[in-house]
Amino acid sequence: MLSLTWFLALSAILFAIGTIGVLTRKNAIVIFMSVELMLNAVNLTLVAFSSFMGDIHGQILVFFSLCVAAAEAAVGLAIVIAIFRNNLTVDITKIKLLRW
Amino acid sequence: MELLNDINLYLPATVIAIAGLVVMMLSAFRASHSTVLWTSVSFTAVALARAVADLGTETQLVFHDMAAVGGMAAFGTVIILLGTIFTLLLSKDYFEKVGEYHSEVYAIILFATVGMIVLATATNLVTVFLGLETMSIALYVLAGVNKTDKRSIEAALKYFLLGAFSTGFFLYGIALLYGAAGSTSLEAIGAVTDKGLFYWAGAALLLTGFFFKISAVPFHMWTPDVYQGSPTPITGYMATAAKTAGFFSLIFILSRALGTSVDQWSEVIKVIAVLTMVFGNIIALVQTNVKRMLAYSSIAHAGYVLVGLAAGTEAGYTAVQFYLFAYTIMNIGAFGVIAYYERYKGLDLTELDNFAGLGFKQPMMAVMLSIFLFSLVGIPPLLGFAGKYLVFAAAVQANLISLAVIGVLTSAAAAYYYLRVMVYMYMRDAHTEFELPAVGLTYSLVIGFLAVLTVALGVMPWTVADLLAAF
Repeated sequence: MLSLTWFLALSAILFAIGTIGVLTRKNAIVIFMSVELMLNAVNLTLVAFSSFMGDIHGQILVFFSLCVAAAEAAVGLAIVIAIFRNNLTVDITKIKLLRW
Repeated sequence: MELLNDINLYLPATVIAIAGLVVMMLSAFRASHSTVLWTSVSFTAVALARAVADLGTETQLVFHDMAAVGGMAAFGTVIILLGTIFTLLLSKDYFEKVGEYHSEVYAIILFATVGMIVLATATNLVTVFLGLETMSIALYVLAGVNKTDKRSIEAALKYFLLGAFSTGFFLYGIALLYGAAGSTSLEAIGAVTDKGLFYWAGAALLLTGFFFKISAVPFHMWTPDVYQGSPTPITGYMATAAKTAGFFSLIFILSRALGTSVDQWSEVIKVIAVLTMVFGNIIALVQTNVKRMLAYSSIAHAGYVLVGLAAGTEAGYTAVQFYLFAYTIMNIGAFGVIAYYERYKGLDLTELDNFAGLGFKQPMMAVMLSIFLFSLVGIPPLLGFAGKYLVFAAAVQANLISLAVIGVLTSAAAAYYYLRVMVYMYMRDAHTEFELPAVGLTYSLVIGFLAVLTVALGVMPWTVADLLAAF
């Protein structure tokens, strides 16, 4: 069986890819997808710990985090639609009314 | 039976959750706006009464050690519910006359409140996460509730993207701490003796998530934009109740989960506190929009609160709780008056330049705004002074003299941008002649009550401080 380190390394790499995606992309939906990647990388960490420690609580937390991600997606996509209706773009570099 | 008993002990949050569902159904069946408003207010008042009754009680854990009731948790609940009830009352006139009025706003405010109460009382990382997310998701919606207003929806997008991003760090921190401790309970994490990579990385990521939510520098980037774009009563709500919930949870985590490594964390918090106080105040000096200025001032105030946390002592945590109470009262008042000014459509009355001569248009409102701003500066005998005094005194007791000195100096500099508003209001002549609309009875009563509290509790701060010292 694979050791715990492999799972943790994979999820750390996925988390890093997600973070880089958030920081470099300009399309609001792609940024949101990168955030989802980060959350799912964390879920992988939780499941790996949970399974290797033989403790069920980590997996239950994953259920909660999936629910939260779903709620966040519903609200987030609605906000993106509202932004598109107002500005006809979802490019975050072009949405800049508020700045000093 | 144990469950029923726990629900009874945790009644404030339960009442608000039920209220949220009831109010949502009322809006779905097209009940009139005032029915929806007053239903929300009465449920919140019931919850508040229960939370106040809990104030003197011992802290105990409910729902299999998932949350705390009584003691500090009860005080956090009281602050949040006070913030909620004033926000509800101020929202009606604002949304009716300035923005778009959907009665669902009240249901979402109540759901956010449930999240805040859960967050402020959570003693397990699972409930911390759920409370934080319930609160945040509801606040994303509230920020963009004026959905045809470009600034409001832009604020919602920025808040959402950065909030979700910080959630990623927060959750990763939880996962790593779970790996280090084998449990998500704060006590178990506090009992970890073998502190390896997982422990340190997990705690650092968790605190990063918190610093995002309480808008500490350098994680404050979203705050000015979101606070400026959101509907004004909602801005007040985010700046006070949401921040209070975050800080209470931070106190729980620092004192229970990270108690054994608090020396290391207080070094980090010291640096963040200095950065937050200095940057928040300096950037606020050059703002020309009053809402944005108050957003930077809110960052600066988070810095003062962090000074109390850095002390890491019992006195420090008590001072932080008092400060958050004081800040909630005066800041909701200040945002409430700005929300009133926005009812006049001819000029953008969030721009400082347009405040010229405003002091004589509706003299009472201007006087109230002055009281709140004086209190935010920290001028005795107002509530803000008592809060600052307690925080800095706790810092000095904990031998953080340099931190206290920086705090006092930056709050002296802060006087400039608060007093400038009053200079514009009273000492400049108006550019054009115009009449401000009437205030309305409920609105003036709420603002007046907040002003009275600011003055009365500022003169007699021990009424609240003694209560806190008893925990």
